[in-house]
Amino acid sequence: MRFAEAWRVALDALRANRLRSMLTMLGMVIGVGAVVILVALGTGTRDAVQAQVEGLGSNLLIVVPGQVNFNAAPTVSKLDRTDLDAVVKVVGDRDRVTVSLTSGENVRAGNNAMFTSVLGVLESTPKVFLRDLRTGTYLSRTDVDTGRRVAVLGDKVARQLYGARDPVGQQLSIAGVRFRVIGVFAPLGQSLGVDRDNEVHIPLTTAQRLIGTNRIDAFAVKAPDSDGIDSLGRDIVAELHRRHPDDEFSAVTQGQILGALGEILGVLTAVLAAIAGISLLVGGVGVSNIMLVSVRERTREIGLRKAVGARPRDIGLQFLLEAVLLTSVGGILGIVIGVGVSLAVGALSPVPAVVTWWSAVLAFGVSAGVGIAFGVVPAQRAGKLDPVVALRTD
Amino acid sequence: MTGGVPAIEAVGVERTYALDGVDVPALRGVTLTIADGEYVAIVGPSGSGKSTLMHLLGGLDQPTAGTLRIGGRDVSGLDPGEMAHLRNATIGFVFQAFHLLGRTSALDNVALPLVYRGLGARQRRARAAQMLERVGLGHRMLHRPNQMSGGEQQRVAIARALVTEPVVLLADEPTGNLDSATGAAVLELLERLNTDEGVAVVLVTHDREVAARARRQIVMRDGLVLSDSAAPAGEVAP
Ligand SMILES: Nc1ncnc2c1ncn2[C@@H]1O[C@H](COP(=O)(O)OP(=O)(O)OP(=O)(O)O)[C@@H](O)[C@H]1O
Ligand SMILES: [Mg+2]
Repeated sequence: MRFAEAWRVALDALRANRLRSMLTMLGMVIGVGAVVILVALGTGTRDAVQAQVEGLGSNLLIVVPGQVNFNAAPTVSKLDRTDLDAVVKVVGDRDRVTVSLTSGENVRAGNNAMFTSVLGVLESTPKVFLRDLRTGTYLSRTDVDTGRRVAVLGDKVARQLYGARDPVGQQLSIAGVRFRVIGVFAPLGQSLGVDRDNEVHIPLTTAQRLIGTNRIDAFAVKAPDSDGIDSLGRDIVAELHRRHPDDEFSAVTQGQILGALGEILGVLTAVLAAIAGISLLVGGVGVSNIMLVSVRERTREIGLRKAVGARPRDIGLQFLLEAVLLTSVGGILGIVIGVGVSLAVGALSPVPAVVTWWSAVLAFGVSAGVGIAFGVVPAQRAGKLDPVVALRTD
Repeated sequence: MTGGVPAIEAVGVERTYALDGVDVPALRGVTLTIADGEYVAIVGPSGSGKSTLMHLLGGLDQPTAGTLRIGGRDVSGLDPGEMAHLRNATIGFVFQAFHLLGRTSALDNVALPLVYRGLGARQRRARAAQMLERVGLGHRMLHRPNQMSGGEQQRVAIARALVTEPVVLLADEPTGNLDSATGAAVLELLERLNTDEGVAVVLVTHDREVAARARRQIVMRDGLVLSDSAAPAGEVAP
């Protein structure tokens, strides 16, 4: 009963000072809204990166010379086809291994031209990575072995060079050398910042001749299962190191890539959330302030309530509830606005946003907690007021 | 209250205020007893300690020395929560300034003390309505204080003081903010409640005529009881 009264009085107090209550809530609305939005953007970005990495295929192992470092330029490779044979021997299945030799080149078809990345690869590429064709066929073992001038185009390349026409069977020039288009990839989108639809795949041998090199930039291996993936990576690195004792090699799994990216994104999200948290803190101080004003304004009421039998804790509860109500109503508004903005951003812009239920629950808990933390001092002050002094106040 | 326990009993009660480090004695040893069903008027010049005494008798404050028993219970050593409970159970206050809650109907103002007694809303309202009928405000239940006259507001305050069925009703200058006709009506109400319901009334007044109508008069001066028409000679301080 006493609790119900405290609740009713607290609600009434907020209603009596609508504008003031709303302005006080604003800090909480902004803080909670910002937390919800930032968490949604962080989660959305992480999910998108994860989907991209997993979209490459499962149980993937990327082997590159040097250290894997997202910040530094890749180490120039000393790997060549003999290393490929060695890696295939370690893996035990040529279909599970592919390579890449990447080079930026001008490609042209008729009057249409563009600059894009040309990858020298093996016929096993679609078995290692998840890659569907929209039309035509992929490179064959013969294409690779004999160094044929055939190309498989990314979706965007195909549309840029041939428009609505079917590119299969058409001529194409890469760095001035004539090629024949034999297939077009289905659209894939971005992965890890690389537009996968802007690629042209040609046989490794052809690419090496075109660029005038014997090198291979990187290996990609599809492990038979996720359990053996780490030891397979170590074996490949050991074999390459045996062949090139002066050089370092590293093997990374999707899990490691995700871990590294997730860490970066996690730190970023945490920093942003902390900044939003400061706004919650400021909001809390505002609540504390306004509660002290409220206690002062209602000193006589407090005195009267005490005279007729309200205990200090009845009065304290009343003001604590008022503070919690202020912050949690502000919190709910913030959640509603935050979820709304997140959904709108997710729907209307390319920025991914995923609203998680736990961020809303957390935000609500935090705002109620802020109310308690910042309402306790004014509430205690109200509870401790001497009734005689309070009644005499005007 | 039954048996020999007086409603309120003060023995050598002192109350000293500390004002900027200087001790200001407001009561300097007051001994008096309020029995059930009494009608007492307290008079005395301004600053003689009437209000201070009323606060003590009502359990709003604690004496700095002496013994004070309210409803047979010694108030020394009671914490603020226990004092609140004691007030709620035994005392009804009527103030000069009414002290009604502004945004609240007469009915809910009267029901307020019952909230702190832990009564349900339905019961509170029923008893408050009954009380308002008794003070002649059955037709003003849903009016807010600013929609009522001063006399009506004070009658609401009296209904609020009586809704808990207290042993003693303490009224510190209840007519101080009212014109004489309205004030007379309020006093009449208090007298009637005293005779009809048997509630003890302690009234502070500056009006000699009003005081004269009470069965017992206590005169105060400089924090002491100068005379008490009910007390045996020995009980009054020199
Ligand atoms: N909170 C206080 N701090 C310091 N002194 C106080 C306080 N309250 C009352 N006093 C002093 O105690 C004395 C008695 O005050 P009290 O209010 O009881 O007088 P009163 O008889 O009710 O006067 P009045 O008829 O004007 O209402 C006065 O001298 C007053 O200044
Ligand atoms: Mg006074």
